[in-house]
Amino acid sequence: MRLIATYLVGLIFGTGIAISGMANPAKVLNFFDVAGSWDPSLMFVMGGALVTTFIGYKLVFGRGAPVFEDDFNVPTNRAIDSKLIAGSATFGIGWGIAGFCPGGALPALGTGRWEVFAFVAALISGILIAKAIQSAVASRTRAPA
Amino acid sequence: MVETAFTPLASLSGGVLIGIAATLLMLTMGRVMGATGILGGLLQPASRDDFAWRASLVAGMVTGPLLVWLLSGTMPEVQVVTPTAAFIVGGVIVGIGVTFGGGCTSGHGVCGIARLSLRSIAATLTFMAFTLATVFVVRHVIGG
Repeated sequence: MRLIATYLVGLIFGTGIAISGMANPAKVLNFFDVAGSWDPSLMFVMGGALVTTFIGYKLVFGRGAPVFEDDFNVPTNRAIDSKLIAGSATFGIGWGIAGFCPGGALPALGTGRWEVFAFVAALISGILIAKAIQSAVASRTRAPA
Repeated sequence: MVETAFTPLASLSGGVLIGIAATLLMLTMGRVMGATGILGGLLQPASRDDFAWRASLVAGMVTGPLLVWLLSGTMPEVQVVTPTAAFIVGGVIVGIGVTFGGGCTSGHGVCGIARLSLRSIAATLTFMAFTLATVFVVRHVIGG
């Protein structure tokens, strides 16, 4: 049941990404190219997604608990620190170069284009590099000097 | 430069579907619909069950464009306008950035802001500003 539910959630997400244009790097980059071939479509994606999620979350949190788990497992980190800002800035640079964010690229795999597979492989290696750096830093700070 | 058509209705409908998916993942699993967190957890799962729901979610995502193709007869467009080497380097940079930043457009930009998280608002404003600046530099300073 759980896995059917999460599959369908992924399908709705992937369909939304595909229809919205977020799976098309040219469209994403044109949204940010206000000084050139500007395409404001992605404002509508963000607006539609935000308003729907805002209302949806209000309804869901009113239930007290999710269907398949005992508790909600939402991020509790509230820190606005240099790691958050530097990481987000780095993401912005990569997004501005390639035009793909993780949520746009994963569904785009379904189009079967080899460039998408290459991008996702690169994305995964970036995630693994960052995780390796994080655990190396964590073990160094834990170890006695 | 590749021009793309302004598609307010399709983009709004797609956005609403993204919001419905985010709502349903919170309703069923109690989790935020962040592509970074889902993929990161899939690479280093906490348990077999944890791996299973993440894998089925990603399998659903990948079938999204196929459903669109079945219903409309056309595969959603993927136009890569970046030279291949830079496109792949961009992928590595995105992976590093979203891991340190703890989220991307879906996690911070949609789910975090919908929860009125100041951390997510700060992250979103930062990556949006840097994307805007990068596109400007690539297209109008280097390429201009």
